Amino acid sequence: MRFIDEYRNPELILKLSRQIKQEVADRSYRLMEICGGHTHSIYRFGIHELLPQNIELIHGPGCPVCVLPLGKVDEALELVQSNDVIFTAFGDVMRVPGSKQSPFEVKAKGADIRMVYSPTDALKIALEHPDKDVVFFAIGFETTAPSTALTIKQAHDLGVSNFSVFCNHVTVGPPLRSILESEFFDLDGFVGPGHVSTVIGLDPYRFVAEEFSRPIVVSGFEPTDILESILWLVRLINAGAASVENQYVRAVKSEGNLAALAAMDEVFEERPSFEWRGLGYIDSSALRIKDTYIRYDAEVRYKVKQICSPDPEGAICGEVLVGKKKPEDCPLLGVTCSPEYPVGALMVSSEGACSAYYTYVHRRSTRSGSGVS
Amino acid sequence: MDVWFSDKEILMAHGAGGKASRKLMDGLIAPILSNYGSAPTLEDSFAIPDSQMYITTDSFVVSPSVFPGGTLGELAVNGTLNDLSVAGARPLLLTLAMIIEAGTSVDELQLQLEKIASTAEAAGAKVVAGDTKVVEHGAGDGIYVTTTGLGVRHPRAALSSGRVRPGDSVLLSGSLGDHGVTILMARGDLEFSSDWLSSDTANLWPLVEALLTEFGDKVRWMRDPTRGGLASTLNELALDTRTEIVIDEARVPLSDPVRGACEILGLDPFHIANEGKVVVVVDPRIADAALDLLREHHLGKEAALIGEIRETDLPVVVCRTQFGAHRTLDMLTGDPLPRIC
Repeated sequence: MRFIDEYRNPELILKLSRQIKQEVADRSYRLMEICGGHTHSIYRFGIHELLPQNIELIHGPGCPVCVLPLGKVDEALELVQSNDVIFTAFGDVMRVPGSKQSPFEVKAKGADIRMVYSPTDALKIALEHPDKDVVFFAIGFETTAPSTALTIKQAHDLGVSNFSVFCNHVTVGPPLRSILESEFFDLDGFVGPGHVSTVIGLDPYRFVAEEFSRPIVVSGFEPTDILESILWLVRLINAGAASVENQYVRAVKSEGNLAALAAMDEVFEERPSFEWRGLGYIDSSALRIKDTYIRYDAEVRYKVKQICSPDPEGAICGEVLVGKKKPEDCPLLGVTCSPEYPVGALMVSSEGACSAYYTYVHRRSTRSGSGVS
Repeated sequence: MDVWFSDKEILMAHGAGGKASRKLMDGLIAPILSNYGSAPTLEDSFAIPDSQMYITTDSFVVSPSVFPGGTLGELAVNGTLNDLSVAGARPLLLTLAMIIEAGTSVDELQLQLEKIASTAEAAGAKVVAGDTKVVEHGAGDGIYVTTTGLGVRHPRAALSSGRVRPGDSVLLSGSLGDHGVTILMARGDLEFSSDWLSSDTANLWPLVEALLTEFGDKVRWMRDPTRGGLASTLNELALDTRTEIVIDEARVPLSDPVRGACEILGLDPFHIANEGKVVVVVDPRIADAALDLLREHHLGKEAALIGEIRETDLPVVVCRTQFGAHRTLDMLTGDPLPRIC
């Protein structure tokens, strides 16, 4: 299949793997892939098996479902249970547990919760049901925020009054800074997120190189992309160079997508502070709807009260998120926490570090005498 | 047996054919039935003692009821025929129970009945008894169909997971995911569609019969990977036989439309339902010959040798990627949901 097979060419993959092995110096390389999509690819294709022992991959906070705090899910479910609305959400949000239940469970009890593939589908439902109020549960980084912004603008242009958005969009820069400033910080470089960079471009990552002297390579999602990015990181680290590089040139422009950024800028503004699962409150790390579009803000329309729900006891999500610990270090992994019954944030989405690890590696690694050939 | 199912409500995931479905079966349905003297089998069908007969039953609730490549009626007959077939039994008789929602058009009912009757006839099976109930509008979704099938064992069949041995070969009769992806598209809530996709619903008995006639007890076990996909079917086998199953990803046949849809939606084709495919475990000495035979048949043109059974101390299904790396192929968890980014 074109545009996929080229990037999964086994010969090219093995060649990159050999090159990395040849070029690594006698030192350790601790690299964080920020984006959950990369984490998923790494485990799905077994990329970690193709790397030399001294390259360690640490899985970052770029899984939008995983970083959504319990309290936000509780607020959403409270909204849907105390108002007569059609509540819409992306597919992988449906399984995210709040402190008591998940959207799927609330839906099973009769709440009108529907899975949509984009916010425009939610607006379409609103147009088809003028007698019902429709709420879209917006989550995600700058990857999904532009489509929410455009949908709000569209609703405004059409004069739709029965549609609103529970906005929980977040931005990628602030949590990255929070990791770099963490007392546990011990990383040599970053594989930069691909999809989000198609929107924001490269500038938002300059501080990683300039203030913290770490290289970052924005990467595509196919095996050759990720391996090439790791090779570049190895070279940069060997040379003691810290810069922002773009491996994903077929999709990412250094200035980003100006139309998408303009749409976001028109509709959203920064929140002073926002809670992240595992990372706590981070300043200026999320978006809310501007006053101009306040009639589409579900928080205002339904007077959503903030719910703070602490993370479950014993889970080490926060330490895994900042790279201090790995999924396999968690005492809950595979015991009480699994993709079926996620306890911690990182088990929730297939992009979460723990879920990816559990699904693709864990059961094999628990055998006596590991190693599969 | 103890009832250990602890979930409070039934969710869609309990019907998706993955882990939650197995838990519902093992933790609630099987223990309660066993406590009162029944002997529910985890196999798709049951061999009636002191006879050559097999019995099975299956319900069908597919929406939409007409989709590219098939209909609810064809699915309802083929699904039950296939459960008998993979046990090595020639389908003979069917019963047909329908729950119809008030307001369903007679044209729709007539169409589905025509499909049920003609599919059964083509397979040499007869519908001999049945029941019809009508529920209030809104209490159902069109037509729900349950078929029960009775079949007779092929004289050379000796199929059982108990006969699967390390070293055995795993064959698959064709490409994965066609039915599941077709239905996902036909529901119409995706913004794209494909003219090249159609359901693979088919009666597998002719293919199964050819294999059994030629190779008899060298064919160890077979199953049609429906809900939960090939990954769930193989995980069940790994658990039942305490073996490791290693699959070569590059050898697993996939059509481009299914691959493309799965890439875009973030779905794993190993978890998507099939309705006209069979996975067969055979003695490695006849693997190549069995593959040739499958490929000669129109239902098995794209058949492939996809993996092997290995000895293990931890039952697991492992997928070897094209470049020699590995990933665990787990059972489906919940419903297959598209990822957002």
